[in-house]
Amino acid sequence: MAEVHERDNPAEARLAAIRLPEEEAGWARAARAAALARLRRTGLPNQRDEYWRETDPSAFVAPEPVPAAPLVTDEPPVFDAIDRLKVVFVDGVFDPEASDPLALDHVEIERLADVLQADIHWARDLFGRLEETAHDPVPRPFAALNTAVAGDGIVIRVRGRAPKPISLIYLHRDDRSDAVLHHLVRIEPGAELTLLENGPAAARFNQLLEVEVAAGGSFHHVRAQGRDHERRAVTHLVGRVAEGGVLKSFTLTANGALSRNEYVVRLEGAEAVTHLAGAAVGDGAVHPFHHDDTIFVTHAAESCESRQVFKKVLRNGAVGVFQGKILVRSVAQKTDGYQLSQGLMLDGDSRFFAKPELEIYADDVKCSHGSTCGAIDEEQLFYLRARGVPRPEAENLLVLAFLAEALEEIEDPALADDIRARLEAWLRRRQG
Amino acid sequence: MLEIRNLHVKLEEEDKVILKGVNLALPDGEVHAIMGPNGSGKSTLSYVLAGREGYEVTEGEVLLDGENLLEMEPEERAAKGVFLAFQYPVEIPGVGNMTFLRTALNAQRKARGEPELSGAEFLRLVREKAKALEIDPEMLKRPVNVGFSGGEKKRNEILQMAVLEPKLAILDETDSGLDIDALRLVAEGVNALRAPDRSFLVITHYQRLLDYIVPDVVHIMADGRIIRTGDADLAREVEKTGYADILKELA
Repeated sequence: MAEVHERDNPAEARLAAIRLPEEEAGWARAARAAALARLRRTGLPNQRDEYWRETDPSAFVAPEPVPAAPLVTDEPPVFDAIDRLKVVFVDGVFDPEASDPLALDHVEIERLADVLQADIHWARDLFGRLEETAHDPVPRPFAALNTAVAGDGIVIRVRGRAPKPISLIYLHRDDRSDAVLHHLVRIEPGAELTLLENGPAAARFNQLLEVEVAAGGSFHHVRAQGRDHERRAVTHLVGRVAEGGVLKSFTLTANGALSRNEYVVRLEGAEAVTHLAGAAVGDGAVHPFHHDDTIFVTHAAESCESRQVFKKVLRNGAVGVFQGKILVRSVAQKTDGYQLSQGLMLDGDSRFFAKPELEIYADDVKCSHGSTCGAIDEEQLFYLRARGVPRPEAENLLVLAFLAEALEEIEDPALADDIRARLEAWLRRRQG
Repeated sequence: MLEIRNLHVKLEEEDKVILKGVNLALPDGEVHAIMGPNGSGKSTLSYVLAGREGYEVTEGEVLLDGENLLEMEPEERAAKGVFLAFQYPVEIPGVGNMTFLRTALNAQRKARGEPELSGAEFLRLVREKAKALEIDPEMLKRPVNVGFSGGEKKRNEILQMAVLEPKLAILDETDSGLDIDALRLVAEGVNALRAPDRSFLVITHYQRLLDYIVPDVVHIMADGRIIRTGDADLAREVEKTGYADILKELA
């Protein structure tokens, strides 16, 4: 009986079907094999796993993706007006024709598929190496899966101040595409880069971003997920920040049947900073919406600062999940940690789960966290209406106000304006 | 012209009757004060006029220039020219004061079929009004009422009134929590807006405000009714003798 059961088990079938790429350099093959071994040890998750209770991983586990029709829209893509270096992937495959030449002052940009062929490359110290550290104490099986099988991605090394953002654009054409992208970013001491990501990517999307920020370096990440309703995406940002370094990430999520964004960031040098933020808006009226942010920030050095600001606006049966942890090691005195997760429910149908966790082993620490779930404030709504603002517009203003604290984490005003305009357009489309 | 006829109001959630037949006629260009002890129904009257939810009108009607106010949404009333200066102005974190005011003004203009103001036109208008009220331009950039002192909140209400130029302004205990300098500023702001086509309903617990905003008519409200109506001297009488005497007279 047991054997029959195993053969019918999609997780076992998926694991058994994994074939590692063979035509790669020795170090790459070793990294792939180690990742697969990690994955086999932990197995693929199911809803009995502590961090998957509120989010059903079966669509990520299944051998084949759920087919998803590419989104058709006449809205110009986000970041369109931003001066940036475009790197385009179609269904998870780099498209050199559609991309800008991979050249930017102070920056080396290469395709992962090429890098993994090179016998000697700096990426050997990063590829799968950060991901490997992200599993303790919570396994991240889809990150290990990504390292094992990722077919493409971008490899970036920044040695100064990048003159403009690098923009990863994910196009979705094939309704059965199963994209696995793995990106590596190394910010050298004092260097700076802004990385943008947007686009529907594929029917199923597994994305892993490993980011190493050296002393005094800074990395800004702004991502827009949406508006594809049928998106099923699992993403990981695994970061390590050295002394005085900065890693900031903001994600706008609009729509999506299943989005799971994981962040695992370690602050390893004194006065390192990380800010992780997300604004998610979902309306389950026509398509299901399920959004999950799972975060693990480790303070492993003195005087570091971390902020988590995650806001979700939910309506018509939409589901939002937040699982956020701050771990403060005993060495991490003078830690400044902040965590906020909030759900705004626009009706009685939607659901918001929040699991905030603090684990603190140092004694001189300032750590605060808050989690709230509520409806639109009737007093505020009446105040706006009493001044002549019609109800739907007043509600939209209050929704944007609710999300404002997350949007404030975007430092570049042009990017923040662009993201805000997307949100406003999304809200207007759903206005009664 | 505002006409309140035999207005009866109870709380929606509980069986508590608050207004028990209010009659009041407020012609254009006049300032009427409503005074009364706590719990007499003054604030309820202001909320019912502005259209706040939670109240049930069981009898009577309210007409503004002959139109039934009670059938309109709060935003429609605002577009018709009703303005309530709140006793407790609401804080709205995340919404800038200027954005709020411009959205409100343009929504009202749109509802009335008037052209919306451009950013530059609006800025000019607000700066001019703010200056008269001695409002720091920094205050305009902050989120609505967030971190404002009591006096700043009340001045912000008067600024909104000055920008929106209502037909009927209801001031609900605008004097509460104000020191004498702030009170004078607020009163000057109101007096500057007095006009033949604009009327004011000034609700207050104390006579003090009426030294600065001199009313044409004073109504005393108690237990959900207007029990006496007179001129500005009535307010001074109440100030001297307190409400107890008037209530006794009635009993």
